[in-house]
Amino acid sequence: MIELADQFFVLSKQQILLLMPVAAQPLASVLLSIIPIIGVFATLFALTTVLERKGLGRIQNRLGPNRVGPFGFLQPLADGIKSLTKEDVVPFRTDGVLHFLAPVLVMVAALLAYSVLPLGRNMVALDLDAGVLFFFAVGASTELAVFMAGWSSRNKYAMLGAMRAIAQMISYEIPLILSTVGVLMTAGTLSTTGIVEAQSGYSGLLPNWYVLTPWGFAGFFLFLIAATAEANRSPFDLPEGESEIVAGYFTEYSGFKFAMFFFGEYLGLFAANALAITLFLGGWNSPLAILDWVPSYVWFFAKLMGLIGLSIWVRGTTPRMRSDQLMNFAWKFMLPMSLVNVLAAGLWRFTGHGFLGWFVCGSLVAGSYCWLGVELSTKNSLKKRVYRFAT
Amino acid sequence: MLGTGLIKGMAETARNFVGSYFEADRLTTVQYPEERVPVKEAARSFPFLVFDGEDPEKGLRCVACQICEKECPPQCILIVKDTAKKPDFVGKMQFQPKIFDIDLSVCMSCQICVEVCPFEAIKMDVDFEMSRFDRFEGLLIHKRELSKSNGHFQKIHPTDAAAVDANLAAEKAKAEAKAAAEAGAKAKAAATAAAATIAAGAGAAAGTPATKPGIALPAAPAVPTSKPPTSPALPLTMPGQPTTAPAAISFVS
Amino acid sequence: MNLDLAILSLLIGASAVAAITLRDLVHCVLCLAVTFAGLAAVYLRLGAEFIAFSQVLVYIGAVAILALFVVLLTRTGEIENQSRFSLQKLAPLAVCGLVFTGLAGAAWSSSLRGSQESVAASIRLRDVGRELMSAYVLPLEVLGLLLTAALIGAAILAQTEEPNEVENPNGASSHPPAKPH
Repeated sequence: MIELADQFFVLSKQQILLLMPVAAQPLASVLLSIIPIIGVFATLFALTTVLERKGLGRIQNRLGPNRVGPFGFLQPLADGIKSLTKEDVVPFRTDGVLHFLAPVLVMVAALLAYSVLPLGRNMVALDLDAGVLFFFAVGASTELAVFMAGWSSRNKYAMLGAMRAIAQMISYEIPLILSTVGVLMTAGTLSTTGIVEAQSGYSGLLPNWYVLTPWGFAGFFLFLIAATAEANRSPFDLPEGESEIVAGYFTEYSGFKFAMFFFGEYLGLFAANALAITLFLGGWNSPLAILDWVPSYVWFFAKLMGLIGLSIWVRGTTPRMRSDQLMNFAWKFMLPMSLVNVLAAGLWRFTGHGFLGWFVCGSLVAGSYCWLGVELSTKNSLKKRVYRFAT
Repeated sequence: MLGTGLIKGMAETARNFVGSYFEADRLTTVQYPEERVPVKEAARSFPFLVFDGEDPEKGLRCVACQICEKECPPQCILIVKDTAKKPDFVGKMQFQPKIFDIDLSVCMSCQICVEVCPFEAIKMDVDFEMSRFDRFEGLLIHKRELSKSNGHFQKIHPTDAAAVDANLAAEKAKAEAKAAAEAGAKAKAAATAAAATIAAGAGAAAGTPATKPGIALPAAPAVPTSKPPTSPALPLTMPGQPTTAPAAISFVS
Repeated sequence: MNLDLAILSLLIGASAVAAITLRDLVHCVLCLAVTFAGLAAVYLRLGAEFIAFSQVLVYIGAVAILALFVVLLTRTGEIENQSRFSLQKLAPLAVCGLVFTGLAGAAWSSSLRGSQESVAASIRLRDVGRELMSAYVLPLEVLGLLLTAALIGAAILAQTEEPNEVENPNGASSHPPAKPH
């Protein structure tokens, strides 16, 4: 019974496939994997937009949207209808093809990333040997889409926003990838399912998740920070700083193309959070041995909702960073910290998982955190800027 | 230490988030169409015409003197005089407006029409839900819609309305007393004087009281809500006579 | 000849030709990115996952973006005046032809040509890593050294104004030196 509940979607897909003619089975198998992913994450996107607005409202002692449907939960439906029926304004001097392709590329890149994410036991669309690498490769092509959007708009604010976005994405991609290296070293594989399996089982009461090791803990937060920067969310939302550059690279987008950018951005955020779960939070594994009977996908989505809640919380708390602070943080804190973290992960393997390992790796990570933090906040940045040409 | 500020901030936002569910005074939002903040007495949105009694046609205080029309800075008022006259609250025959339109899209709610009106006939309403479905004709508010009873005025601006009512009642009492005295004098004069001198006697009687309001002027501004300096004079001068209007304007401005 | 490989090579060829003939330089770079993506697809089709994804990560994610930055930071006004075909372009064409001939010759004379069985259906990533760390460790380290040198060089280039700024807070020479407070 527990097994059936856990494997319900996998078994039902197999049953549906058996009903199909043999010639149609490969295509049907692909469609049966893709359509639920798109459907589920589109629903999650709709839910997240309204939860985010309500949560931000509560953080600011407001009520948030509560008019459409029960408690305002049909708000995304109204927003969707609105964005579908709005006029799609394309400025006269835009580069038509690129202007059209940019939101499509953003969506495609964001959706492709889901193909390697294990959503439950045996529930992965594409079990690649180099799954993590695939994820980052797909994520890297988002930069090109952002550039296309900014450049083809023929708008200086769009161009500035695109330039900021690219500079930020390139800078934070390095700590993003480096923070996962420890996991890849310890698990010994680049396959996402392999990484999840390496974290199964329990030592004592606690699960074998990588976040419960000194390097994994640091790596998890480094990954989350870098992923927030990649997703252009607050406090790293300079590319769409509405007080300076209108709306950044989607200034000249309206109607459904704008909605696609919005959708793509959230899909990217979910994908990054899902990868964080896969790499550090044990994927679909349950946190306690006695809770093993709960279906694996429930655990995955519970963790995903938790991380989404965390990102909403951070967004409601942090102000926007300054451009030089952003770059200083990336190159003077995140990069050395993730390099130290790789070293700590290597030491962890050789010092054993006992007290010695905790002491050596923990002091290495904590010490470098303190040192880099002091360096960052006293010497390198946050001092008064000296303007060379402005008076 | 790096990150402590972030943790402090996140604790603060978490306190806000949780607190908004348990402490009612945190949420300052008013759910507008269902809940409403009570309208402040000093609120003003758009002018309306006050009428006494039940019938808006008969009791309308406006005498179509057109001072407000001339004073209105954006020129949103249109008044056309009627040829027929009707008695005002003291029983004097006055003109009345045939057409009195205010353009809602032009009016800027400055209240100058209220300040200049010597008859307490136009006042500011507090109703702010004035959206219309028609962009052109619908935004032109006609006399019928503008007329609202004195009871409405007393309801929305109690202090102001009480002062106006007291003022008008005093004027009415004064006018009645004067009318009674005049009637008595007239009866005496009729009894004593010859029929040929009636016209001259009446002219002298009309001329002497007309100087009185000029003496009363310095004491008048003590009552702030209305325009007493001109109003005592009005029942005695001919309604609609242009001589009173410039005096009132120069005093106000 | 496989149909999918034919389509892919057509795409690669067309986008490569577009990359050198289009007027707008940004369009050229984007066509180049399409070429890179097509090459990655060919690698994937040949069962080399790792190199395919690395191709996307490095070439589309970094090299194409770098090329875009170069295009945007340099002035393109003079290029517009040249005619599309000139004698100057014959030299690179000849070099390209030579390289192509060499590669084609090597492929033609390869011992693998004509053999139907593929070397390995899909190379396991673990084996790639093992090979890199054992047989090819020297090239790997040399590459690492080269990249480190490039990184240090870039840092030095970016830092040239630093000593000047210590002496003079205003930096640029055109400005009068700041008065001591």
